[in-house]
Amino acid sequence: MPHDHHDHLSPSGHPYRPDDDHPLTYWQQMEIAVRELLIEKGVTTAAEINAQIDTMDARSPAHGAAVVARAWTDPAFRTALFDDASAATREMGFDIGPMRLIALENTAEVHNIVVCTLCSCYPRNLLGLPPDWYKSRAYRSRTVREPRKVLAEFGVDLPDSTTVRVHDSTADMRYVVIPARPAGTEGWEADRLASLVTRDSMIGTGLPKSPDAV
Amino acid sequence: MAEARQYMRVRADMPPGHVRTPNYLRGKLGWVERTLGPFPNPEELAYRHTGEKLRLMRVRFTMAEVWGDDATGEDTIDAEIYEHWLEPVEPPHAT
Repeated sequence: MPHDHHDHLSPSGHPYRPDDDHPLTYWQQMEIAVRELLIEKGVTTAAEINAQIDTMDARSPAHGAAVVARAWTDPAFRTALFDDASAATREMGFDIGPMRLIALENTAEVHNIVVCTLCSCYPRNLLGLPPDWYKSRAYRSRTVREPRKVLAEFGVDLPDSTTVRVHDSTADMRYVVIPARPAGTEGWEADRLASLVTRDSMIGTGLPKSPDAV
Repeated sequence: MAEARQYMRVRADMPPGHVRTPNYLRGKLGWVERTLGPFPNPEELAYRHTGEKLRLMRVRFTMAEVWGDDATGEDTIDAEIYEHWLEPVEPPHAT
């Protein structure tokens, strides 16, 4: 029993957690080797690599929330977003690079949910890095097979009158769900509306927060 | 009257290599939701070839088509499939 061995407990009374030491994998070694060669040969610098990591880490669902809130308040932008989401979000400063973006409109009649069964394609320009569950085999395989069960586990229970559209992000497109604007937010400014927009509501596994909850 | 749907059947092939057509949709029947591209063929890009420019179709499948009759309702799966994986077919007869 752990509590019989007091020398295995930290001063706070909890067991010490073993260090997560393991040998580098093949691809970790490959990454280090290629990175060091690129620096050595002057192709890039350590500072440039760190700056790029900072840029990637700085992207967060707040970008997507700003897009959704604008779509809720600016009809011309909403039209442009559903017409060409790459161009509309680039104009807001959230460049998707070589990928293309499609915005999916959630309504009372249609609920969209996004998955990448082949890997982990994700609109990183708007949402940052994907959550671990998005990359899991369970989410990737079950979302196309039993989307309503997956949604229920996320706390989203949809009536039979709502059609579920699963979008498998298999190739060049990325997807962002534009949830329906919550009732009771009439007259709200875009910044305040953005506080209701969760990451999961833009993947389709969630709904925006209720205005009573903030 | 809804606009006529262009139905497509996904090739039921199992080629080796970097293929972006999910296995679970091969051999299945869907209709074109929209056409995108042309984009260079990712199956060739993966091996550092230039990549022939192909149309990319967003194809919509019913759950019943993909998973069988126990899947009911109006729910659908959309996937992006390159045109060389698709064969145009006549619309299925209304039941």
